Amino acid sequence: MKIEVLGSGCAKCKTLYEAVKTAVSEKGVEAEVVKVEDMASIMKYGVMSTPALVIDGTVVFSGKSASAAEIQKYL
Amino acid sequence: MLKQAADYLTFDLMGLTPGTRLGEALNFFLYDTTKIFLLLTTIIFVVAIIRSSFPPERTKRILSHKREYIGNILAALLGIVTPFCSCSAVPLFIGFVESGVPLGVTFSFLVSSPMVNEVALIMLWGLFGWKIALIYIGTGLLVAIIAGIIIGKLKMEKHVQDYVWKMQVGNADIRVMTFREKIDYARDYTLDLLKKIWPYVVVGIGIGGFIHGYVPQDFLATWAGRDNPFAVPLAVALGVPLYSNAAGVIPIVQALTAKGMAMGTVLAFMMAVTALSLPEAIILSNVLKKPLLGTFFGIVALAIVCIGYLFNAIL
Repeated sequence: MKIEVLGSGCAKCKTLYEAVKTAVSEKGVEAEVVKVEDMASIMKYGVMSTPALVIDGTVVFSGKSASAAEIQKYL
Repeated sequence: MLKQAADYLTFDLMGLTPGTRLGEALNFFLYDTTKIFLLLTTIIFVVAIIRSSFPPERTKRILSHKREYIGNILAALLGIVTPFCSCSAVPLFIGFVESGVPLGVTFSFLVSSPMVNEVALIMLWGLFGWKIALIYIGTGLLVAIIAGIIIGKLKMEKHVQDYVWKMQVGNADIRVMTFREKIDYARDYTLDLLKKIWPYVVVGIGIGGFIHGYVPQDFLATWAGRDNPFAVPLAVALGVPLYSNAAGVIPIVQALTAKGMAMGTVLAFMMAVTALSLPEAIILSNVLKKPLLGTFFGIVALAIVCIGYLFNAIL
């Protein structure tokens, strides 16, 4: 599973990235977590509000952060 | 009811005398803080629920290939309900222009979104009444529409950073939230925002209370009243660096108004605080070249100054 956190580096983006890492280790799933800050890569997903969560190439949500518990639901 | 509770606390429980400076200052502080926080919580929550139905990706689809005028009006209106924080300004701008939203229409959105701001709106409503709050929204929309139309007419597409036009923009399928998710989103959003702004509100109302109780009557009428032609541009210039403190600035301004500062000057100041900010300029410089960035700020500042003068003349 490949999980990407899209965000240009604002505080909320960092919170989401940390929450994703926590969620992955708590649930014990095999996943590669990447933080994507490059604007061209963010735009490829068509996301216009950051942070956004992308799992295996699908945008799960955008424009908000989420708790580790909430993210676990998507894993 | 709130007024009675504040009166009871200050004058009965604490034994302060009505009409004394300390008594009036404290009474003002207690009454205003409870009133503002009640309004803030309710309205931010309601706004967040409305916003959860208008993700920027959807707004973009509504606005793409819209013509001038209608597009500008629609963009200014959507600017109110589309959630967008300044750190998303770059992807938002790229997404808009890439999908065929005309440049001027994009700017109407970019002006209205921060300017017609729910926190500023509530503070104005709570402290000055709903008429001033409505005037604030109405003129805010007007500034956004006019600024967008002018920028559209100036044909400044070449002053958008070149890389923007080369971007490949995908089409995200943004899932519509369920009602439950909307409520959760609104609750988180409200708590987040309150956590961030409460110190400003309390300090602002505190200073407001102090001015209310201690600054002599008509003190400000002499230098920030409607007769001073420099008050409006000065208020706009002072508003630019104060962006994040909109919540704290308004209670101070309310007390200043009570001491004779003119209403148009106050509105201009508020608009400058929310619509013209240095951090936003820095973020936008990633997508706009200097002439366009300068034009954008210049037109919006000018429009705000005009509105300030207009309201000083009629209110």
